[in-house]
Amino acid sequence: MPPHTFKVNGRPVTVEVEDDVRLLWVLRDLLKINGPKYGCGINVCKACTSHINGRAFNPCSVPVGQIRPTDEITTIEGLPDTVGADLHPMQEAWIDRDVPQCGYCQPGQIMAAVDLVKKVQAEGGSVTDDDIDEIRNMCACGTYARIREAIKQGAENM
Amino acid sequence: MPAKHRTAPRPSRRPVANKSSAGAPGGMQRRRFLGYLIAAPTLAVGVKLTADGVLEAQALPSPTPEVSEVYDLSDLLLDSTRPTANLITIVVNEDGTVSFSIPRAESGQGITTTAAMLIAEEMGIDVSDVNVTLADARPELLFNQQTQGSASVISIYTPVRVAAALARGQLVEAAATILGDEAENLRTTGGRVLSTAGSSVPFAELAAAAANSVTREAITELKPVDEFEVIGTPQRRDDVLAAVTGRKKYTMDLDVPEALPTMIARPPTIKGTVESVDNLAEVKGMPGVTDVVEISTDAEPGRGTTSSAVAVRARTFGQCIDAVNALDITWGGGNVDDESDATILEQLRAADAPANLPSPGPLDEAGGVLPLVTEPATGALDGVGAVETIDQEFVFYWRSNAAMEPNVAIADVRDGEAEIWTPSQIPIVTQSQIAQVLGMTPGQVTVHVPRGGGAFGRRLFSDVALDAARVSQEIGKPVRLMWHRADECRAGRVHPMCISRVRASFSGSEVVSFEQRHTSVATDYTESFGDMITSQAAKLPFANELTLSQTVFLLTASVPYDLGAIALGYNEIFDFDRFATGSVRNLNNQDFRPAQELMVDQLAARIGEDPMEFRLERVEDERAKACLETVRDEGDWGRDLPEGVAQGVVVHNEYKGSVAVLVEVDTRTATAEREIAGATTGPRVTKVTVAVDVGLPINPLGLKAQMEGGVMTGIAHVFTGSLHLRDGNFLEGSWDDYRYTRHWNAPPEIDVIVMPPSGDRPGGAGELAVGAATAAVACAYARAVGEMPTSFPIGHTKDVPFEVKPVVPPLPPSPVDGLTAYPTPSAAGPAFNPAS
Ligand code: FES
Ligand code: FES
Repeated sequence: MPPHTFKVNGRPVTVEVEDDVRLLWVLRDLLKINGPKYGCGINVCKACTSHINGRAFNPCSVPVGQIRPTDEITTIEGLPDTVGADLHPMQEAWIDRDVPQCGYCQPGQIMAAVDLVKKVQAEGGSVTDDDIDEIRNMCACGTYARIREAIKQGAENM
Repeated sequence: MPAKHRTAPRPSRRPVANKSSAGAPGGMQRRRFLGYLIAAPTLAVGVKLTADGVLEAQALPSPTPEVSEVYDLSDLLLDSTRPTANLITIVVNEDGTVSFSIPRAESGQGITTTAAMLIAEEMGIDVSDVNVTLADARPELLFNQQTQGSASVISIYTPVRVAAALARGQLVEAAATILGDEAENLRTTGGRVLSTAGSSVPFAELAAAAANSVTREAITELKPVDEFEVIGTPQRRDDVLAAVTGRKKYTMDLDVPEALPTMIARPPTIKGTVESVDNLAEVKGMPGVTDVVEISTDAEPGRGTTSSAVAVRARTFGQCIDAVNALDITWGGGNVDDESDATILEQLRAADAPANLPSPGPLDEAGGVLPLVTEPATGALDGVGAVETIDQEFVFYWRSNAAMEPNVAIADVRDGEAEIWTPSQIPIVTQSQIAQVLGMTPGQVTVHVPRGGGAFGRRLFSDVALDAARVSQEIGKPVRLMWHRADECRAGRVHPMCISRVRASFSGSEVVSFEQRHTSVATDYTESFGDMITSQAAKLPFANELTLSQTVFLLTASVPYDLGAIALGYNEIFDFDRFATGSVRNLNNQDFRPAQELMVDQLAARIGEDPMEFRLERVEDERAKACLETVRDEGDWGRDLPEGVAQGVVVHNEYKGSVAVLVEVDTRTATAEREIAGATTGPRVTKVTVAVDVGLPINPLGLKAQMEGGVMTGIAHVFTGSLHLRDGNFLEGSWDDYRYTRHWNAPPEIDVIVMPPSGDRPGGAGELAVGAATAAVACAYARAVGEMPTSFPIGHTKDVPFEVKPVVPPLPPSPVDGLTAYPTPSAAGPAFNPAS
């Protein structure tokens, strides 16, 4: 079993596991980082959404062998550290709007929202309803209306 | 309202005052309640979950056409909990916080937050200092540990407050000596007892002093409604911080040593069986794999059909998936291999319950086998002038009740004991079923209930816990078992396909009769309502001749309007376990109500009345009428809208609550044809106004969330979400195949108005909005396109808008292009417009 070394939430990790095991299971089953959730395993539900080198991706669909030693993975647990605070502004907006119901999809929703806002802000714009419409993250509890409000609110403080 | 000439004598249908509003809040005598002071190191009090005066025996009204108006499912849930409950306890800890272990599931509905609010209100402590956890299975509670039928709030409301009031009383007495004041002069706030002089002592210093050395009965009174400071105020969820930081622990996140990931290879058709596994040794040797074992997946131990599968335990779930797919299994047949949507529809039509109202046309004689659930109103048309009849069949296809968190359970079955963790809505049933399949006594089985990632009725069944227990027993090791998403779609519980036939007749501007006959694939209520209904059967005026499903139907179905003589019929095909069925956030109303309301709109059009006016004139419940008026005003009913955009409105009563929903649907091409890869776009609900009256709203914030969730589900029911049955299995194999409402379908504008308290008791809310929202969206769509849809969701029969995943091997392999395919998965096809 080859060792794989990379950074998760600012901390270097090394795991020994076959190359083709998807990163989601390396995070959850081996590193016990449980913020990213399983919802489909095929890159459609987006419950596992995390960041790699600051951009969103879905670790359920990335073999750990593709991760390079220089790659920095950020899961929901490490999001506050990216802004040097106890909570990221998006998390604060989520709390303020009392977004979650069961909460299972919310780590993925937040990670996707942060990525979206960063992207539109980098392009010099601000997040629109049309942008939010294209977020693919599933929520079976139906919290979409509050997510929409929270993204706009969180974006103002990003 | 125009004068009516009615020839059919009907039982009076005066607006039935909600029982919760009987008696003005302030004008009631203060009742006294019994509880127990419990011997413990710090203050502990207990009450029976039956301490509610409203639960005292009261004569049931005599039968009416719609029993649910006077005796609905929430009554049944309460009544069956009455004689058997044991104590639930509140403990004041040494640090001054309060703990309560609630015998309910928390899957997002907010019951733990509600319980914390009730305790905070009564004790005078901050909500955040009340810690509510979920109780393990407690068989002594019998029926009183289930989370369904939106009855949780209704059932705990009084008992939890009684316990809190007793605790407060003890704290105050202990404080009186310290503060040198009379107990009746003291008050509690912010976790302290305060004297009139202004000195105070925190609960922390009283917890031990107020402890009881012997357990004994005690009497208390409750804080009057008009003094409430916490109840009725918006409170955030108790676990919102944990949820947004990833710290909230779901079952699969629990640290149970050696409980390795486990997944299941399931048969290619529903309830199929394993004949042989032809490469067992090879798969056992795959990377990470520790065990491969055949198990029974019989979900109804000892009762129904059998099925089986092969389980794989490995170091990671990824390796489970690979090993499951590598298995070479010879499969036996399933339970419904020859069935598809078309064959089911044929059988449903053949079993359509008979028409029982007289009709000017020839009677529909389709061969029903079960009686109508309401009395035939013979003579309804006698003496009525020229009568016109409208008659329509509606078809509702299969729907999945999958939550985001799949079916999950951890099981450790070793040394004659079983320890299980699973977010069960009915832990006691889970416990007894596990004991049965393991050959143990319930005492040998412990069931812990972690918080769930959604439930919607799926977790009323113990399927996954049985899987986990069987695997663990077989291999003698702990397992962490999770269903793959593909299993959720194909082997998971579904809301059964059904048809609803509505016939209404009118004469001039008067509706003379309204008849609705609902025919469904059998719904499995055995684990949830079965025993309960049997135990209460003697009290129900109608239960004896009816099947279980008919009873459930009658307890939830109603017509909120005066539509003349009303007859409701229910019939079903197949045994309860031919398919794996259950409820989907609601029991029947997501089908029953849209069929009904679409026909109400037809009646209004034929009679020449505005849909809102038609309903306002005929709605029978005052609270429902107030909700309707509210959405009319707040939602701007009748405002000018462009062609292709229309409003729809519906009012609905259920679970002691009323809700009105007004929606706007945009069907214009620019909206319906928007292109988002892999999405069902199509018509969009652009604006929603909801007015909800649950009697006494405890937490308006949580209530609004429940309403919004119900609306999202309603949108899926009309436009996007269904399963296609083909040759014994469902075609859908994941999300994106199964099209629940997504961000691109969600209404950009949604306004939920919580009506002021109309009573002194709360009603349930978890399911209230589903039937109403489904119906309102359907009505708005029909008005926008000028044609009434009769098959739901509307795109179901038009296309299968995704590439069907194979069933052998059973699991879709995880892609490898996740670093580049973001956000759109490479498998996503073009957008699908279900209305095209
Ligand atoms: S689990 Fe990764 S996208 Fe669904
Ligand atoms: S909050 Fe439950 S799935 Fe989104």
